[in-house]
Amino acid sequence: MTDLTALTLASALDGMEKKRFSSAEITDAFLAAIEKANPHLNAYVVVTAEQARAAAKASDARRAKGQAGPLEGAPLGIKDLFCTEGVRATACSNILGEFTPTYESTVTANLWRDGALMLGKLNMDEFAMGSSNETSRFGPVVSPWRRGNEDAKLTPGGSSGGSASAVAADLCLGATATDTGGSIRQPAAFTGTVGIKPTYGRCSRWGIVAFASSLDQAGPITKTVEDAAMLLQSMAGHDPKDSTSLPDGLPDFRTACAKPIKGMTIGIPEEYRVDGMPAEIEALWAQGIEWAKEAGAKIKKISLKHTKYALPTYYIVAPAEASSNLARYDGMRYGARVAGKDLVATYEQSRARGFGAEVQRRILIGTYVLSAGYYDAYYLRAQKVRQRIAEDFREAFKDVDAILTPATPSAAFALGERSGDPVQMYLNDIFTVTANLAGLPGLALPVAVDAQGLPLGLQVIGRALDEETVFAVSAALEKAAKFSTKPARWWT
Amino acid sequence: MSIDENTVRKVARLARLALPEERVAPMAAELNGIMAWIEQLNEVDVEGVEPMTSAVEGAGLAMREDVVTDGNDPERVLANAPKAEDGFFVVPKVVE
Repeated sequence: MTDLTALTLASALDGMEKKRFSSAEITDAFLAAIEKANPHLNAYVVVTAEQARAAAKASDARRAKGQAGPLEGAPLGIKDLFCTEGVRATACSNILGEFTPTYESTVTANLWRDGALMLGKLNMDEFAMGSSNETSRFGPVVSPWRRGNEDAKLTPGGSSGGSASAVAADLCLGATATDTGGSIRQPAAFTGTVGIKPTYGRCSRWGIVAFASSLDQAGPITKTVEDAAMLLQSMAGHDPKDSTSLPDGLPDFRTACAKPIKGMTIGIPEEYRVDGMPAEIEALWAQGIEWAKEAGAKIKKISLKHTKYALPTYYIVAPAEASSNLARYDGMRYGARVAGKDLVATYEQSRARGFGAEVQRRILIGTYVLSAGYYDAYYLRAQKVRQRIAEDFREAFKDVDAILTPATPSAAFALGERSGDPVQMYLNDIFTVTANLAGLPGLALPVAVDAQGLPLGLQVIGRALDEETVFAVSAALEKAAKFSTKPARWWT
Repeated sequence: MSIDENTVRKVARLARLALPEERVAPMAAELNGIMAWIEQLNEVDVEGVEPMTSAVEGAGLAMREDVVTDGNDPERVLANAPKAEDGFFVVPKVVE
């Protein structure tokens, strides 16, 4: 019998439709795979086996009655940042204690509406602050990938490290993730998976634990571009409960994957050639350009001249918004409370014990840049530089339909290798953070492995609201790259 | 602009984060490291630039009907409270 866990979302849905196997069978296959792999990878922080089996049975009954939804019976992993009714959600932070939401996030509710089911909650950096999944209260996630024959534990990237690791190791058909500065695309690039951050406002933020509200967006991590299109179709849509949610009128993303890119113009930004970037990534980028040409696209050099200011801008805007958002964790209404001698001491102790080191650092930076006398010098200036970065893109998109860049400045690194210096860690997001600041859709897809056998990815950035072109270009590159390497299952 | 130890103590107090005295100096060094890197934003000419407030041009905030859509559900609201009694959150004494 074929290994059901190795299927793509599209082929699994097709197999269930043709009655080759049931949702109950594929769900059991994933639960068995998780049981074996999770002690090694630490991708899941909660496994909801009983609920998953019950949901699969109900799904099979719906399909038998001819009531199958677009994702009927598909077992998915859900990042721990999403509120899931009756299932613990902690953003992988101690401060949320055993918080068990009494409501469901809009994005996950949309997936269940369409027939999908949950296998469990996925590990992540605490409050999505991190690029290596090392700041989780549940410990780091381990990538299924290894360097050659070494057994050094590598990072799957972050913050959606659990999502990326689970998809790469065949522990779910696809996963939800979120991206504030690169947290979908960087882990996807590190693990040979596909991840898209849609246009800001496509996915409702309601019921997703907030980090930096003007940057946070949900999106899927999947095995193929087509799978990403299918999951995003279901996750996205207008939601009256999120005031920044875009109006209805979603295009058909799966159809867009088949759109020819002949005659399109692809922009290549000079500023994305950074010092110290491995030659392999340069070569891969050049190869991507060749593939786009072969598919009939025109190539145009463009300039995004404020690119170098994107990360410093981000490290004002994101901590400022985070310090405001995380003010709600006071140990009074939910989460963990640590008693102090009076009310203020109780707040201070609860927050000092509940938040990890990186989260505390960002709260302090955010509080500092927003404090009296500094608002204009830091936050206001950063929002103006952000406008400059967005203007660069608006200008470029007058002449091009999509922009092609590397997804990350390096392949995955070992756990512990870069955790010493916060600024070095922040540089991981150098190619992804611009799309968050400008609100644009960006997709990372795997195209090759490096000399050590680790996956490398490219990124396609599109105009606001134009995920269709992003999917078309990405699907064309995926077809040309024929990336099919899978990590060895060393944990079995 | 460098952040001295008193500023770290003040910001920690504003953020309601208990910072042990031995962490004050290292935290000042870490924050200065990050802020020094951020200073490069001063090179950018932002004369006459409007601060960015919306990621999608022309996407204003949608208004909804001013009606009650949810609520009157104290059990669910209190379900995760560290301490609750008779439909209320129980908090440390605030007024002597």
